Amino acid sequence: MAPILEVRNLRVEFPTRRGTLVALDDVSFDIAPGEVLGVVGESGAGKSMTGAAIIGLLEPPGRIASGQVLLAGKRIDNLGYEQMRRIRGREIGAIFQDPLTTLNPLYTVGRQLVETIQTHLGLNDAEARRRAIGWLEMVGIPAASQRVDSYPHEFSGGMRQRVVIALALCAEPKLIVADEPTTALDVSIQAQVIALLKGLARDKGTAMMLVTHDMGVIAETADRVAVMYAGRIAEIGPVREVVKHPKHPYSVGLMASIPPLDRRVEHLAQIDGAMPRLSAIPPGCAFNPRCPEVFGRCRVERPDLLDAGATRAACWLYDPASEKRAPEAMRHG
Amino acid sequence: MFAFIISRILQAIPVMAAVALISFAMFAYVGDPVSIMLGQDFTEAQRQALVASLGLDQPFFVQFAKFVANAAQGEFGLSYRLSRPVAELIAERAPATLELAFCAAVIAMCVGVPMGVYTGLYRNSWLSRFFLTFSLVGVSLPTFLIGILLILVFSVWLGWLPSFGRGDVVQLGWWSTGFLTVSGLKALILPSITLGLFQLTLIMRLVRAEMLEVLRTDYIKFARARGLPNRAVHFGHALKNTLVPVITIAGLQLGGIIAFAIVTETVFQWPGMGLLFIQSVGAADIPVMAAYLMLIALVFVVINLVVDLLYYLVDPRLRVDRAAAKGA
Amino acid sequence: MAAQSGPLGRMLDSDLWWSFKRSPVTVVSAVVALICILGAVLAPLLAPHDPFDLATLNLGDAFKPPAWSQDGDMAFPLGTDDQGRDVLSAIMYGARISLLVGVCAVVFSTIVGVAVGLVAGYVGGAVDGLLMRIADIQLTFPSILIALLVDGVVRAAVPREVHDRIALFVVIFAIGISAWPQFARTVRGSTLVERNKEYVLAARVIGISQIRIMLTHVLPNVLGPVLVIATLNLGFAILAEATLSFLGVGVPPTEPSLGTLIRIGNDFLFSGEWWITIFPGVALIAMVLSVNLLGDWLRDALNPRLR
Repeated sequence: MAPILEVRNLRVEFPTRRGTLVALDDVSFDIAPGEVLGVVGESGAGKSMTGAAIIGLLEPPGRIASGQVLLAGKRIDNLGYEQMRRIRGREIGAIFQDPLTTLNPLYTVGRQLVETIQTHLGLNDAEARRRAIGWLEMVGIPAASQRVDSYPHEFSGGMRQRVVIALALCAEPKLIVADEPTTALDVSIQAQVIALLKGLARDKGTAMMLVTHDMGVIAETADRVAVMYAGRIAEIGPVREVVKHPKHPYSVGLMASIPPLDRRVEHLAQIDGAMPRLSAIPPGCAFNPRCPEVFGRCRVERPDLLDAGATRAACWLYDPASEKRAPEAMRHG
Repeated sequence: MFAFIISRILQAIPVMAAVALISFAMFAYVGDPVSIMLGQDFTEAQRQALVASLGLDQPFFVQFAKFVANAAQGEFGLSYRLSRPVAELIAERAPATLELAFCAAVIAMCVGVPMGVYTGLYRNSWLSRFFLTFSLVGVSLPTFLIGILLILVFSVWLGWLPSFGRGDVVQLGWWSTGFLTVSGLKALILPSITLGLFQLTLIMRLVRAEMLEVLRTDYIKFARARGLPNRAVHFGHALKNTLVPVITIAGLQLGGIIAFAIVTETVFQWPGMGLLFIQSVGAADIPVMAAYLMLIALVFVVINLVVDLLYYLVDPRLRVDRAAAKGA
Repeated sequence: MAAQSGPLGRMLDSDLWWSFKRSPVTVVSAVVALICILGAVLAPLLAPHDPFDLATLNLGDAFKPPAWSQDGDMAFPLGTDDQGRDVLSAIMYGARISLLVGVCAVVFSTIVGVAVGLVAGYVGGAVDGLLMRIADIQLTFPSILIALLVDGVVRAAVPREVHDRIALFVVIFAIGISAWPQFARTVRGSTLVERNKEYVLAARVIGISQIRIMLTHVLPNVLGPVLVIATLNLGFAILAEATLSFLGVGVPPTEPSLGTLIRIGNDFLFSGEWWITIFPGVALIAMVLSVNLLGDWLRDALNPRLR
């Protein structure tokens, strides 16, 4: 099946007075209809930026410098504001991180739903309101026909995120970009919201790009996962493969830092050092200063995504042409 | 709603009390009202009689209580300078000041808010830059100089508009209005522009700053992400949220208009309370100063109350029923 | 690193200089402000005439228009007033008074406001509540009104001949006292933040006296915002002085400030001698506008978020 979303060599730049910062560099991936792609990485790795670039809402002065974004085979990265506006909400829904700040405090949730439904579907007031109540029921708001006239502050955080989900889905988009949808919620509620999101996406056949730094959420929800590091994709592949058999040394470190549930450990593994700032990305592979398996070529040449078994990893270890000198550290399996 | 109003009124009481105390202290301890009122020749008996009639021989709290009681009835005694009841003087001049302040406020709001919204939304357009420069000049131009410049251009050079006074006024009961005659309306133009310009620039800068702040919020980004048209995002979502803080400051600015009316009235010889006040300051006419102070305090308290009520109408969070909030 | 992250450290960071150089408006206003200040401070050296030296006044020179108009006289570049005084010289001497009152008033309100803010923030409790309540009440009223009242009360309280002698100080006091709450609020806010930082707790633990902690540890950290407010307030103070003097309740006529000159000149507006009032007005605007622009720039430069 043709992918619903194709991102091709996307490059996002931020011109600043100290020079141009490259926030995203050569990012490529596809999402198939109904598929959930998890995007993980440290803060600042470019996860949210990728989402913002797709929905055409990069914060100025950020801009797409090169590459393409295709939605159902049509380019959308070069559309004007008005054309793109018609796509936002209608074709691509978005869910933001903090439900406490994503809803306008001065309008009832019903008004915000009706407004979105009418903008995209052109229904009359009564019909739009009926749908709004229907969506509130669908996202599990009890007594929806009364709660539709409540203001956001009258809902708890978890309930608000359900409202946000309803708002993102109410024009039945084909793709959802969910940016850390559970990070700001209580741990006890996170699982419910994720289950709701996953269930709705499955029922409606909506594809989803799920940005998070929570590997647990990814493992549970995603079909495939992309690991991002310093504005690039380090590894991308089926979720089981990436979690169980990560190939890129950064993914290896990331997975090792998840506390296992089935046994006790004395120390969690950690990756030494910190992700470089965008203004100070080292030559070669961006991960080379922290990489336990670094060798000469990594410091000079930047690797593209290479086939690495069941996944693709941007690492010279997987280039048959690499002259591996004596590895500087133990290889992981 | 009712409880809300009551609580706001209760909060206003200390302010009024503090102002009353200051007014009273001025009244009782600044200068010597007895010698001022008696003039040069008087007998000891006359002095005693006046002291007793003014109640100056009584203890502090009794005097203060009397002062407050009188003030509540609008009774502030005689003006030292004009030897007429202060309440009468103020009532005579209040319409002039209030009409002027009203026109200035309308100009400031009706021009300032749209300019602020525009410069907030299109902050890089040349018109925005022009407005911003204009506003900086407006903030830096003293009110009296604006008045003088307007007089120079429109009265002296062009001869279009009168440079002083209210023109012809019509008496409606005790209220004298300049709204009903051509010369009255013409006389209002220059003073109300002079008075409104400073507030206009302030309101514009404020609305702009708030607009920029609101446009950065998540709910505006989310409104865009939902594909709402720009019109709905800007005027439905952003502007309404801007209004909350703008109402507060704009309300306080209205009070500022009353205060700056002093300057405008001096420039245009406008027969209002401000001119009366400044003449009283020059002549150390304490009863008029005290009364004016109390009146201004009252105006401010009322404005604050109205502002709070508007807040209440605009922002549902203040209407929160705490039991309902816990439900979900 | 600690010094770098403090407001003072940030101020000395090259970013400030960089943003100064990049903003032509700021550079121009700095130049204008400098000219105004130099012209005012060095008035006795630079002014072509001494407007207060009665011996040099000649009523025959009265009402001369500016030098470039038909009846102008090169000796009086900006014309003369009703007494035959050189307008340019009067402006330079007047600016001296305006600037003096403005600077003194700002210094006064800064000292009062910073002291109150430090005490309120550091001591807290009932003292804090009381001081901030007073500030709130005062902030309810426009400061020009406060200044007018203070001036009126002093006028009523002291005999006329004493008042004339102390008029300058009264104006400084009146304007200064009308602006302190802004400083107090800002300083209190920053003090509350600083008070609970570890270095202050540490200083307290090793037994340094409260006053010394406030002066040596808390104060330097709240100076950045204070500097911004002070700059923005200088423009306001100069305007307030001009307004009071224009209303006839400011500085005594024997020491005319720009506001006094404008008031005197205002009487001749209708008879066509516009230069007597307009030139002092232009000087006032130039001074206040350049100071305000500098203040705006300083605020933005220290708070990049606000841009």
